[in-house]
Amino acid sequence: MPLLDGRIVMPPLPEGRVLPVITAPADVLSTACVEVDPAAPDVVQLAADLIVTQRVSPGCVGLAANQVGIGWRVFSLDVTHHPKARTTHGEYVLVNARIESSSRNEKSREGCMSVPDFTGDVKRASRIVVRGFLPVTGEEVVLEADAFEARALQHELDHLDGFVFLDRVAGAHAVYPRQTYL
Amino acid sequence: MTHSLAVTVLGHDRPGIIADVTGVLAGLGGNLEDSSMTLLRGHFAWTLVVAVAADASVVSDRLAHLMAEGLVVSVLPLPDDDATAPEGSAWLLSVHGADRPGIVSGLTRLVAEAGGTITDLTTRLGTGIYLLVAEVSLPRETDVEALSARIAAAAEGLGVRATLTPAESDVL
Repeated sequence: MPLLDGRIVMPPLPEGRVLPVITAPADVLSTACVEVDPAAPDVVQLAADLIVTQRVSPGCVGLAANQVGIGWRVFSLDVTHHPKARTTHGEYVLVNARIESSSRNEKSREGCMSVPDFTGDVKRASRIVVRGFLPVTGEEVVLEADAFEARALQHELDHLDGFVFLDRVAGAHAVYPRQTYL
Repeated sequence: MTHSLAVTVLGHDRPGIIADVTGVLAGLGGNLEDSSMTLLRGHFAWTLVVAVAADASVVSDRLAHLMAEGLVVSVLPLPDDDATAPEGSAWLLSVHGADRPGIVSGLTRLVAEAGGTITDLTTRLGTGIYLLVAEVSLPRETDVEALSARIAAAAEGLGVRATLTPAESDVL
């Protein structure tokens, strides 16, 4: 298991490129992504691109491949500095990840770079186990995530299954216009 | 050339009101924009904004059959100026306690005096309990701690409990 002090140790990646983020409505956001070979050069490059795009996007803590227009089961995540995070596993990319188990639902308000006009209240598990694979090496990773990292992981894995948070809102009055924060 | 009309529909609930109203609007080439509908003490209550080329009087005439069955329908033109969402920080004001006159006015007045606007509001009267939940947008310079203290003091005077909590969303 490639963990060091609780953080995932990522293999070296090539230089990433900042990619434009797709906004809904878009077929690529509503279509389940396909599994890919973690060691394939295109997948490794995508991993690097996701990390770089996530880093330059204000407030962004995760990015799914279909948010940059590519229908592969790959996402990046980093909730290290988020105030609602408890356990964190650093900055990482997982390929072909799936949720193994989940428990303890909590409701919280989410926004998304691909849905810039709205926010919504979504109930999600606050403890989950995710199994996936690192790009480059294909090493298997089993993550036990909680609190905000668990929420962020479910948000990204939803993307990879073809769902955005609007598909999960808690009720008819649980969607709000996104405000401009000063 | 389309313009925006505000349509309100109130009255005794029955299956098909929304389908009937939107059928009329679609028949006029209208595009339903924002709308909010709920049941208020069992009564159907819907407010919507529609972009349509037809005049308010034409829309009103086409909805006349609903008025004939007892629904209260109003159709009013909206100003053309672009309405924009308020800029500021988002907060949630939650109030609950024994019902008495003046809870909503007393607490929302404090929000208004602070320059805040209410962007969403629900009030409900239960059995022995009154509930208010409001989305509040406050100007950046607001002293939220002081406003919270004023709201708490006013709530105590009204015999209710009020809390003002951040409602910012997390971008994922």
